[in-house]
Amino acid sequence: MLEIKDLHASINGKEILKGINLNIKKGEVHAIMGPNGSGKSTLSSVLVGNPAFEVTKGSVTFGGKDLLALSPEDRSHEGLFLSFQYPVEIPGVSMVNFMRAAVNEKRKYEGLAPLTASEFLKLMREKRAVVELDNKLANRSVNEGFSGGEKKRNEIFQMAMLEPKLSILDETDSGLDIDALRIVAEGVNKLKTPETSCIVITHYQRLLDYIKPDIVHVLYKGRIVKTAGPELALELEKRGYDWIKAELGE
Amino acid sequence: MRAEQQYIDLFSQCEAMICKHSAEVLNAPRAQAFADFERLGFPTRKQEKYKYIDASKLFEPDYGLNLNRLDIPVNPYEVFKCDVPNMSTSLYFVVNDAFYNKSLTKPQLPEGVLLGSLKELSEQHPALVKKYYGKLADTAKDGITAFNTTFAQDGFMLYVPKGVVIDKPIQLVNILRADVNFMVNRRILIVLEDGAQARLLVCDHAMDNVNFLSTQVIEAHIGENAVFDLYELEETHTSSVRFSNLYVNQEANSNVLLNGMTLHNGTTRNTTEVTLSGRGAEINLCGMAIADKNEQVDNHTFIDHKVSDCTSNELFKYVLDDQAIGAFAGKVLVRPGAQHTNSQQTNRNLCATRDAHMYTQPQLEIYADDVKCSHGATVGQLDENALFYMQQRGISLHEARLLLMFAFVNEVIDTIRLEALKDRLHLLVEKRFRGELNKCRGCAMCK
Repeated sequence: MLEIKDLHASINGKEILKGINLNIKKGEVHAIMGPNGSGKSTLSSVLVGNPAFEVTKGSVTFGGKDLLALSPEDRSHEGLFLSFQYPVEIPGVSMVNFMRAAVNEKRKYEGLAPLTASEFLKLMREKRAVVELDNKLANRSVNEGFSGGEKKRNEIFQMAMLEPKLSILDETDSGLDIDALRIVAEGVNKLKTPETSCIVITHYQRLLDYIKPDIVHVLYKGRIVKTAGPELALELEKRGYDWIKAELGE
Repeated sequence: MRAEQQYIDLFSQCEAMICKHSAEVLNAPRAQAFADFERLGFPTRKQEKYKYIDASKLFEPDYGLNLNRLDIPVNPYEVFKCDVPNMSTSLYFVVNDAFYNKSLTKPQLPEGVLLGSLKELSEQHPALVKKYYGKLADTAKDGITAFNTTFAQDGFMLYVPKGVVIDKPIQLVNILRADVNFMVNRRILIVLEDGAQARLLVCDHAMDNVNFLSTQVIEAHIGENAVFDLYELEETHTSSVRFSNLYVNQEANSNVLLNGMTLHNGTTRNTTEVTLSGRGAEINLCGMAIADKNEQVDNHTFIDHKVSDCTSNELFKYVLDDQAIGAFAGKVLVRPGAQHTNSQQTNRNLCATRDAHMYTQPQLEIYADDVKCSHGATVGQLDENALFYMQQRGISLHEARLLLMFAFVNEVIDTIRLEALKDRLHLLVEKRFRGELNKCRGCAMCK
């Protein structure tokens, strides 16, 4: 589904990603862990086409298409979704108008007619239930005045609405209490199908207790330095990253 | 040649004709106004109040005037099919500066209300009009007001007697209609006696694709406990120049909402002066401008807190695209003794391109010590993070920009106290941002 080859990227001339190689197949859940500043968020930003980052080398194909040649909105239409680490507040734009625009633009891309007002509201109701998102929040401006937990739930709600093929959860667990973490993780699991894949970026094992990864990668200094099964996350939780740095001769 | 000279000559030659086609009450202040105009001339950029717009230059080109009051053939009902229809208002038209008295229906108004041609009502009720006409618009202080008072022959008047409430909003459509480059000097007089209530929506349209210059002076006398809403909506075209001077005086515990919205225009200068003369008066002064191409919008406001315990809320927002120029100057004066004044002023602006310019000048003068006053002004661009967030959700950059711009001005639309108009404006503004507004039938800009 996603194939990343020798990806290099920089911001303001500073190279952050120094040759990433990663293959994600349909139905797989990959966890990416690593110490602060290793490039985890940069990788997610580059994949969704954040213009702040410049790809200097390498290639990414997604569903057979050259991902890097697509605009951010077309990457979304192709089925790529990012749950933002810091969801953006958009005062004055209601959740309803925002989601209607998003859903209908995707439908347009797929050659489908826009949803009618009642179809759309029905869809909103259905998907809200996935993450127990309050109706009041759905009527407010996008993320405005939402608590940290509400923002993250709102991200998963949007994921439910857009039904992506590949979701990237960028530190979705940060700022969540135990209950919110469970609701968010259960939401992600409910949306999981054998056809969809997921990249979970996290610092902690605790999210991975809920969302079980098939493969765990360690990103360090812009490269993937270790790849193993779910047991790697547990080991990192116990031992930290120093032993990996030692293995690398640092 | 100075721009003033042709009008000084014109008045000297045509004074008799101007007076003949107007009313005695309107003629009375003409000589003084003319003397003031000769002394003041048109404003220039050297005057602080007019520094962002070269008024004098805008009056230089040659415009036709209809001093002889020839009937201009037009059926306003044909013209006015486009924009705020079916709003359930009492609908009236002013073509250029003349009240259109061939209305299809005569809306029912409460007893005692006077509404119609300023000239005719001045003839029918000279004592009443004389009491109010020219009393707020001081010709000695502003060249445009002096000019307008010199040449104005007619316009619109609304008088609501003590305690009378007009439920149905009144809509007045100003239509600019001419076959040659044309100047209009229009006058509006509004009187709400104590406890009266009314809501007035004034829309400006330009019907023909010629250059228009209009001056308009509105005087609004708002009595004790009266409630008045005035919405002004400009949808003219890029060859229109508009100077509008609005003077409002509020007595104790009156409540006024003014909202001036510029959706399509050429060059617009709106001056608004509000005097809070009675304790407990409240003014909500709002405005917005959506401008692109070479459009210019200049709002100059002055709120005078003369007495204690008054409230003023001011909110202006601009969205400027292409090479548009916006200006906002807002002065709030809190006079000695005007304690417990509550005054808030906000001006926020978006420049969508590097060539768009915004000038903003908040000005507070406070001579009382127990007051609550604040002001804020910002000029900025669309939030890049919000744009990207929306793109990630599949919304195109173009659409995302529209959503943000729309959200930005929504705050001003939401101050409207008429639900139907609010809904209508949401739609109009969206069409405006999508560039669809000029596809309506009838207006010059469609051709």
